[in-house]
Amino acid sequence: MSNHKFSTPQRSLLRFITAGSVDDGKSTLIGRLLYDARSIFEDQYEAIKQSSRQRGEAQVNLALLTDGLRAEREQGITIDVAYRYFSTSQRKFIIADTPGHIQYTRNMVTGASSANLAVILIDARHGITEQTRRHSLIASLIGIKHVLVCINKMDMVGFSKEVFEKIRSEYEQFSSKLQIVDVQFIPISALGGDNIVEKSANMPWYGGSTLLYILENIHVAGDENLIDCRFPVQYVIRPQNDKHHDYRGYAGKVAGGIFKKGDTIMVFPSGVVSKIKSIETADGELKEAGPGTSVTILLEDDVDISRGDMLVRENNQSSVGRDIDIMVCWLNEKKLIPGGKYAVKHTTHDARCVIKEIHYKININTLHRLEDDKEIGLNDIGRISIRTTRPLFYDNYRKNRHTGSLILIDEATNETVGAGMII
Amino acid sequence: MLANNNYLKELESESIYVLREVAAQFERSALLFSGGKDSIVLSYLASKAFAPAKIPFPLMHIDTGHNFPETLEYRDKWVERIVARLVIRYVQDSIDKGRVQEETGYNASRNVLQTVTLLDAIEELKLDACLGGARRDEEKARAKERFFSHRDEFGQWNPKNQRPELWDLYNGRKNMGEHFRVFPLSNWTELDIWQYIKLENIPVPALYFSHEREVVERNGQLLAKSAYLNLRENEESKTMQVRFRTIGDMTCTGAVPSSASTIDEIVAEVAASRVTERGTRADDKRSDTAMEDRKKVGYF
Repeated sequence: MSNHKFSTPQRSLLRFITAGSVDDGKSTLIGRLLYDARSIFEDQYEAIKQSSRQRGEAQVNLALLTDGLRAEREQGITIDVAYRYFSTSQRKFIIADTPGHIQYTRNMVTGASSANLAVILIDARHGITEQTRRHSLIASLIGIKHVLVCINKMDMVGFSKEVFEKIRSEYEQFSSKLQIVDVQFIPISALGGDNIVEKSANMPWYGGSTLLYILENIHVAGDENLIDCRFPVQYVIRPQNDKHHDYRGYAGKVAGGIFKKGDTIMVFPSGVVSKIKSIETADGELKEAGPGTSVTILLEDDVDISRGDMLVRENNQSSVGRDIDIMVCWLNEKKLIPGGKYAVKHTTHDARCVIKEIHYKININTLHRLEDDKEIGLNDIGRISIRTTRPLFYDNYRKNRHTGSLILIDEATNETVGAGMII
Repeated sequence: MLANNNYLKELESESIYVLREVAAQFERSALLFSGGKDSIVLSYLASKAFAPAKIPFPLMHIDTGHNFPETLEYRDKWVERIVARLVIRYVQDSIDKGRVQEETGYNASRNVLQTVTLLDAIEELKLDACLGGARRDEEKARAKERFFSHRDEFGQWNPKNQRPELWDLYNGRKNMGEHFRVFPLSNWTELDIWQYIKLENIPVPALYFSHEREVVERNGQLLAKSAYLNLRENEESKTMQVRFRTIGDMTCTGAVPSSASTIDEIVAEVAASRVTERGTRADDKRSDTAMEDRKKVGYF
């Protein structure tokens, strides 16, 4: 086994989610990836080997690696998203491993919200199921642009090319209705390691790459919006000492576009126009800063800016408004209340809102709109209109995941109850 | 093209974002500082996040009294270097006040007692957020932890009913008396921490480097011989070339045989290691869910 872990820090980060039902072999696949990338440690392996034996299981149960909580181990189910880490010489990977049972939507949406890519598992013996459709729809809805469809257990269907091709064309037919830019198909056997890290000798007819190779090389930088400049102000830095007497820095993370020193910017909501004097970090000044970078921006003019304000370009502004349409995924046992009031978090902005209208609920298996069923409960997805107490500065979620997303909070319990994608 | 195509810089940006979110959303926060590499990196990132201003919250050390002397020496120098304010609360005070009972026996440790001292300090200082250096790759219960982790008025964690955390929207709303634990290093691994220490040239306590030490082997672990460790009759200490992979209380932190004496050698050793760092911690070995059980009642 080669040692993948020696590497220089010159790598990028890929966040992906794994989706599949319990029997599709998801745990085995993750276990295989981690094991082959040398990211399962001996003491972890020993511990799950012992636990498996105590539970009377003949084989080492790799699911125990991700089922960390006492209740999960007792009941043999995964309750919550678990994050796993591994790295190769090419990349660092963060896997959001989400539970495979029916009450899936909430956890998958949570895990998918920060992912660039989804690995969707299909059991070659069963083909596309309701779960496959549901997983794919959620991935599409949450704006994941790359999907790797892994057709697993190829060993159980005699490594048949026909089976693989049939599932592939069926999936392509159905996914053409979704907004996923890039779909790739890989025939694998997670148990035997076929096409996971090494090319499978059992499927010479497959001309594509292995799962790990694709994960290592897929290009995801273009997923960020590099055009429309958006900088939500997170925190105002004012040292108030003699050396930095008049220093006023606007700290935040770039949410879109490339900000450059000297750029003319406009401030929302005041509409004031100024110029970028400098873009700073603790390591010194930057000439420019792109999406995902935490920086501090200083302006030429002395303007009044606070948390929740947003810097944009004068000729490329975001939408501003209080009446907003969203696709909401409901995350709480307590149903969405029509006409109810909720707290809203959007970028670094806090507001309150009232639910004005529920337009429809989506049948997440057929993608059909249910115009007659407007009751939105746990794991449901639907389109609603809200009116906020203060104007939000936002973009369509398809255009920008950072300025297009918001959460709804129950003001009585403070729980996060809804995930909203702005339309 | 992007300035952040380096993954360590991506992790750094994410952590700085979370640190600033804490300063913006909470009124009285503190950064829990143990003198270990994770809390060193966390406080270093805090000094970056608010530069050129000072870190807007103090570092807090919950002192078990069973420290390695090297840790305390390092702590005081480090606090001076990053110009931070340090608050110390002592487990010994909790014992003297009768708030906790000292453990006895061969495996006695003050590790569990720290929870009471910590929760008392949170109440005394009216803290609404405590920043910690815990990482999800460390331990299976920590793999389920949120960046913003809610604690009820008793300081308890309820892993079965955690708030979903979506995008980079962190919900820090709470009722009076409740607080949050916040973990900006959630997505870092042990190797990331060392590569970052190397990249940024951050000083670390001498304990992390190979040195000669008198150790006692117990339950497959090498514990440092000290006044706080009660030896069994048949136990003998021996001198070995070791280093520490984690730094905690002297009674529960195990050493590993190692000749790594530079950061580069440590990076190479960690990259090739086949055992997790928590494998050196006696406090995690008490049961299969020892970490989860301690976290539920308010541990770090």
